[in-house]
Amino acid sequence: MADEPSGDGRREEIESAEINKEDITKEETGAGSEPASSSPAEPEVCEAVVAKLEMVADESVPNEPGLAETSAETTTKAEGPELVRAAYEHPLAIRITHWVNAISLFVMITSGLRIFRAFPSFGPKIPEKILLDIPKSLTLGGWLGGALQWHFTFMWFFAASGIFYVLFQIFSGHYRTMLFTPRDISGVWPMARHYFLFGPKPPAMGQYNPLQKLAYTSTVALGALSLLTGMVMYKPTQFSWLAFLFGGYHLTRIWHFAAMCGFLAFIPGHLIMVALHGWANFFSMLSGWKREPEYQE
Amino acid sequence: MITRLEDKELKRKSRRELLKLAPIVALGAFTFPKVSDRLIEEGVRFSDWAAGEMFRSQHLAQTFSNSDVVPFAKFPYNFYDVVDPGVDLAKWTLTVEGDVQHPGEYTLAQIQALPKKVQNTRHICVEGWDVIGSFGGTVISDFFNLIGANTKARFLEVTCVDDYYESIDMASALHPQSLFCYEMYGQPLDRGHGAPLRLQMPTKLGYKQAKYLDTIRITNVLTPGKTGYWEDQGYSWFGGL
Repeated sequence: MADEPSGDGRREEIESAEINKEDITKEETGAGSEPASSSPAEPEVCEAVVAKLEMVADESVPNEPGLAETSAETTTKAEGPELVRAAYEHPLAIRITHWVNAISLFVMITSGLRIFRAFPSFGPKIPEKILLDIPKSLTLGGWLGGALQWHFTFMWFFAASGIFYVLFQIFSGHYRTMLFTPRDISGVWPMARHYFLFGPKPPAMGQYNPLQKLAYTSTVALGALSLLTGMVMYKPTQFSWLAFLFGGYHLTRIWHFAAMCGFLAFIPGHLIMVALHGWANFFSMLSGWKREPEYQE
Repeated sequence: MITRLEDKELKRKSRRELLKLAPIVALGAFTFPKVSDRLIEEGVRFSDWAAGEMFRSQHLAQTFSNSDVVPFAKFPYNFYDVVDPGVDLAKWTLTVEGDVQHPGEYTLAQIQALPKKVQNTRHICVEGWDVIGSFGGTVISDFFNLIGANTKARFLEVTCVDDYYESIDMASALHPQSLFCYEMYGQPLDRGHGAPLRLQMPTKLGYKQAKYLDTIRITNVLTPGKTGYWEDQGYSWFGGL
């Protein structure tokens, strides 16, 4: 159904018109003993709709040029202007925190890489083994001090938007759309197979598929990990209990880096998916509204 | 939740919701260096204020057993100019100035006459590396008693033989683990590590722990642009751990 989004509105109209017609026919033929909405009748209805749709789509069919047009027109006249399927997917709080977080995360990663450049190792200072040489062009701040200024400024935005996001999700109940739960486990593999191995597309059950839920829930966990490990690195003595929890100051630095690697794994996949799913999907993170969502509900 | 609505209505609602995000566009101003420089300067100032609030004056930094201490050869020499500024150790005295009852010159012997504290603590560099070392010296607050320092004043300012300079908030200076350090690994401080006297504070980053001390001053006012060698170039002033 989603192959031709522009026609969907029209299809809906025709579908409902067709069902009405079918109902009337049934009543006329005296099939009243059978409820109108019973399942045996439905395949016929669908077939009829599909047949009609094909005619609507193929305008070059000369046999019955007037039929499709007139039926569409009459529905329009009878029920007012055409209606569009749409969903208000992203509340304002989610959109604001998404973009504040996107900016903060960009600054935190690029400045963080610059900070890491000052001592690109997890071993001892003597002898220093350089783990990887990060190109300067990927970093922000110009030098260690500048990068720290960016890091120490945007950590507050990152933390504030993250905490606000989590509180909003909890208290609004909106988390149900995105939280990965044990029930989603079985749906992960079919979705991954569809995306990466050209497998069949599993039916869309809700706003997010199980793989999306897994990805988004993981980013929240990564955010919490980077925030907590960041606190330890910033004030290891004041947060000594937290340092102990992460296995000491030295290990915490590795955790902090690992959290960034997690984000670096998520971001390209996220951006590719956004690019593949088109404008209406991207625009919904700006306006909240998604036109013609691919899921039914 | 899928709803069905007119195309016009959807466009109107989308537009209205989109406009609510307009304030975020204002963040684009920060792509201008003039604005962003100001922002990150304020950000560090705010962080320093928060760090001061977080600081617990009696909360001790972790200490370690002798077996956790790195060998002396693996304790890095870090310096900003020269590893040995050529201090004349025989003639050296510590100049004490500012809000104190007994200003003047103090010899190393006078400092060493006070009780000695030895501690194995973690030395953390702003670059990201850390080493556990062994340090010995006089607790700063003991020396403050000797010179009659006004501990209600806000800062301890120090200048060094190699023109390095630093300033420390009073709460951190009075921390029980903050030392005027003259020993490492049970030996007199060597020239590269700041002989004859340096700051050693496990609650501060390495760059706060000035070496080759020359003058200390108790004061309520810091000279703007003269708060610390690295701080004046953009490092956090508080630099606490």
